[in-house]
Parts: sequence; structure tokens; C-alpha cells
Amino acid sequence: MKLSKILLTILMLACGILFLLPFIWMISTSMKFEQDVFHYPIEWIPVNFNGFSNYMKVWVGDYPFYLYYWNTIKVTVLTTFISVLVSCMAAYGFTKVHFRGRDALFLIVLATFMVPQQSIIVPQFILMRSINLFDTHIGLILLGSFSVLGTFMIRQFFMSINNEFIEAARIDGAGHTRIFLNVTMPMIRPAIATYAILRFIWTWNDYQNPLIFLRTDQYYTLQLAMNKFADTYGQFYSLTMAAAVSAIIPLLIVFLIGQKQVIEGIALGGVKG
Amino acid sequence: MEPAITANNKARASASASKSTSARKKRLQETIAGWIFVGPMLIGTALMTLIPILASVLISFTDWSFIKGIDEIRFVGLDNFAGLTQDETFITSFKNNFILMLAIPITMAISLLLAIIIKNGVWFKDLFKIIYFMPYISSVVGVAVVFQVLFHPSLGPINQFLMKIGIEDPPKWLADISYSLPSVMLILIWTQIGFNMIIYMAGLQNIPKDLYEAASIDGAGSWQQFRNITLPLVSSTSFFLLVTGVVYSFKVFDLIAVLTEGGPANSSSVMVYYLYDVAFTNLRTGYASAIAMVLFLCVLAITVFQWVGQRKWVNY
Repeated sequence: MKLSKILLTILMLACGILFLLPFIWMISTSMKFEQDVFHYPIEWIPVNFNGFSNYMKVWVGDYPFYLYYWNTIKVTVLTTFISVLVSCMAAYGFTKVHFRGRDALFLIVLATFMVPQQSIIVPQFILMRSINLFDTHIGLILLGSFSVLGTFMIRQFFMSINNEFIEAARIDGAGHTRIFLNVTMPMIRPAIATYAILRFIWTWNDYQNPLIFLRTDQYYTLQLAMNKFADTYGQFYSLTMAAAVSAIIPLLIVFLIGQKQVIEGIALGGVKG
Repeated sequence: MEPAITANNKARASASASKSTSARKKRLQETIAGWIFVGPMLIGTALMTLIPILASVLISFTDWSFIKGIDEIRFVGLDNFAGLTQDETFITSFKNNFILMLAIPITMAISLLLAIIIKNGVWFKDLFKIIYFMPYISSVVGVAVVFQVLFHPSLGPINQFLMKIGIEDPPKWLADISYSLPSVMLILIWTQIGFNMIIYMAGLQNIPKDLYEAASIDGAGSWQQFRNITLPLVSSTSFFLLVTGVVYSFKVFDLIAVLTEGGPANSSSVMVYYLYDVAFTNLRTGYASAIAMVLFLCVLAITVFQWVGQRKWVNY
């Protein structure tokens, strides 16, 4: 039993390394000189180190990644914040406030969940152009701010809050705003954290919306810039890999920090972006 | 006595009247509060989803292009849909969507195997979870760019390796008509394993341990235990993963847009990519909306299938 566990662990570690080889290759190539990229057998640890110059070209070159980082952080943080707020408010309204037509409204909102975004992207594009939000960060943020999934996920948590807490607060004279902010919000903090991390990751990695709703170079998000960079420097694989590392690794670090929350959240909600 | 009673009744009546006005006032307040709380979400959904879906339906019956003015909208009936049935690129893309689905059972099988091994047979469980989850978290654009180089027909590490071990004429992967879609599927499997595995692990968690103990007392081997306990008891998880996997497969845009742009010769094009191409490169808004309708109907059909199927095929 013990022996088989040892063997299986070693085997799985080998599989794991194999699984992550694309990442390892990417990182190692990003620090090489161009002529060493396709050297065979592969030099996993670059013999001649050119990492500094590669990353300088990516970060402050023709496509200044520091700017795209700033854009991406701005869009992602604001989208996450607004989306969490809107979803929490709606979830509270749909569970803890009693008004006529509430459940019908919720069903309508829930039904829109099965509409794939791609099937409405053309009208969305026309809408954004007609209200002058095309090619702006605000437009991009608005597109990601009304999440049915978020509302649904957080609603599940609100439903598990006993109504007695709310009644007690009402008797003490608290209005809905105060109950929402001071009583229920602290209770659903884990749900908020999970959803916020997921929304952050999805928005950070989103490529389709920036591609369609942004045009000006200086508004580009990281993913869009990454692709433009690869188009321009396609023949310089070491540079492209340095850009890929810059696009992938920071988020992986965020994931490693919040991995428990992310993995539990995924398992709990069975959610998919 | 009598006046007193009347007075009393009157008082009671007015009290109940004021009570009912205050109750009505309260209910009104409650209604206003409710609308304020759900308001932002409702407005957002109406503006960003409901109106666009109606617009999409309408536009799909026109030959409009958004660079023309609204006044140039002309209805052409079902022409766009008839056109789709003749459009070879569309038919290829539509077919490719279904070929792409083959990746789902493969992903699920590998994920289930990994989930079982990690749950029962190894140390460092958390480490393994993280390892297999990493591609799922990674930016699709970054991943696509990396694989573009890895799959490079002559210089890429994959083909260099294949040639070194004696395969003289390795496939050209993304540059080859018959290998481009399988290459996309390979990457898709690689990125989706983490998600499937985590969901399976949650599903395995719910199987009572004594079932296995009882089975092994009765002399059932590992394979029999897997066949007769694990597989049926994760069937609801499998069903969920199948449905979300199919829905997701219809939405795969980033990977194809960056990796192959549908090529070579449309061999890796799917509906969403063709839709994008028609809408934003050819600027045929009406025709693109017709594709959007087909896409929407496909996803709708799967959702209906999910409702019906949940009862029928999930056995425990």
C-alpha cells in the first residue's frame, strides 16, 4: 500500500511536470537569445541569458506593456467591483425584500443566462456605438458588469441567511440599506470573495470584448496587446514568449494566493465563465 | 351603552383603517426598496441582453449592414437562413462545432481518472490540484501564442522531438488542413482538464465510503468498484460536465481567433468565429445575425436537453 502510494505519487509528479512543460518552455525561451530558441536538445536553463533585454522590449518598447497593464488593472478592478455590487444588490432584492412580481423578474433575469454573448454581440456593438461608448473603457466595463451568474451565485448564499436576523434588525428600526450593508454583507463575505476572484480572472483574460469594443492602441488591454505584439514580432519567438509570460504569470500568482477560494468556489458553484 | 359601542366600533374602525394605510404604506416602501435593489441589474440586463436579443432576431431577417443608416433596413424574410444552407464556410464551421465536442468525453475521462488518483492514491493533493488547474486560469491568448510556436511545423520543439524519435514526416499541426482542428482540441483538453477534475473531486466527495468497504468485503476488485459504484454515483456530475462542456464548446472563440483564425482553408473555423468574421470583417450585419440565431438555438436546445435529461439519465 505504502509502496504503491510512493510510486503513484512519483508517476503523478512526472505527469504533472509533463503537463506544465508548455509553461516551462515558455519561461525558459523568454530568457534566450533568438538564435538559441529552437536549439535541440532543448536548453531548459538558458546557456546564454538574454532575459533582461527581452523583457525590456516588451515592457517599454513599441507596445508598452506597462500601459496595457494599467489599462487591464483599471478595467478589471472596476468591472469586478461594479459587478459584485450589482449582483449583491440584486441578490438581496430577490431574496430579502418582498414585493409583487419579484420571482417573475428573477426568472426573466435567469433566463438570459442561456443567451451566449456571441449571439448578441452585434447589437451590443451597435448599441455601444450609438451611445458613444465604443472604444472606451467605460463601455468595456459596462459590458462585464451585469452578471446573471454572479447574481445567481450570491443569491444562493443570501437564501441561506435566516430571515430572523433581518426581522430582528427591522424591529430595531433598521431600513433595508442598513440591513444590506451591515447585517447581510458580512455574512456572505466568502461568496463575495469567491465570485470577485472569478470575475477578476475572467475579465483579466477576456480577449473577445476588447477585440470588438476597442480600437485605439492606447486603450488596449493586456490580452489584446499580447496578440498585436505576437502579430508584429511573430518571427521573434523569444520576445513573443516574454510577452506571453507577462500576460500569463501575474494572474497565475494571483491564483496561487487565492487558490483555495478559487478551487472551492469552482467546486461549489460548478461555475464556468 | 349604545353610543359607547358605536364609539368603540368607530375607534376600532379608524384604527384598522389607519393600520391598513400604514400596512399599505409599508408594502409600498417594500416595493420601492425591492425595485431599487434589483433595479441596476434589471436595467443592465434589459439594455445589454434583452434588447440586443430582440434586435438580433429582427436584424436576422434583413440584409442590413451597420455602416448603413437605420432607414436602409430592408426585410428579406428567410433569405439569410436559406443562404446559410448553401454557404460552405458556414456548413464547415457548423460541422466543426460538432467535431469539437469529441474533446469533451476525452477531457472528462482523463479528469475523472486524475480525480480518483489524486483523491485516493497520492500525497500532496493540493499541489496536484494546483498543477492541473493552472492552464484553466491562464490567458487563452498567451496559451495560444505559446502553442503556435510549440506546434511550429519544422522548427517547433514538438516536431523536433517527433523527428528525433524516428517519425520522419510528422504532421504540420496548425498548418495542416486535417490536423488544425485536432490541434485545437488538444489544447482545449489541456486547458479544460483542471475544471473538470475539480468538479469531479467534489462529486467523489459525496460518495459514502462504506459503499467501497462493503464492496471490498464482498470481494469486488478496483475495476468492479469503479464500474459499479464510482461511475453510477458520479453520473450527475458527468451529466453536468457534459452539458457545460457542450455549451462551452459553442463559445470557443479566443483560442481559434488567435491560434488559426479559422484556417487553413476554414478547416478550424467554428460558428462563433465565422460569425465574427461575417459581422466585423465583411460587415454583413443581417447575415451575421442569422448565424447568431443558429448559435442561440443550439445553446437553447442543449438547455432543454439538460432539463429533460437530468431526470432521465442521472441514476442513483
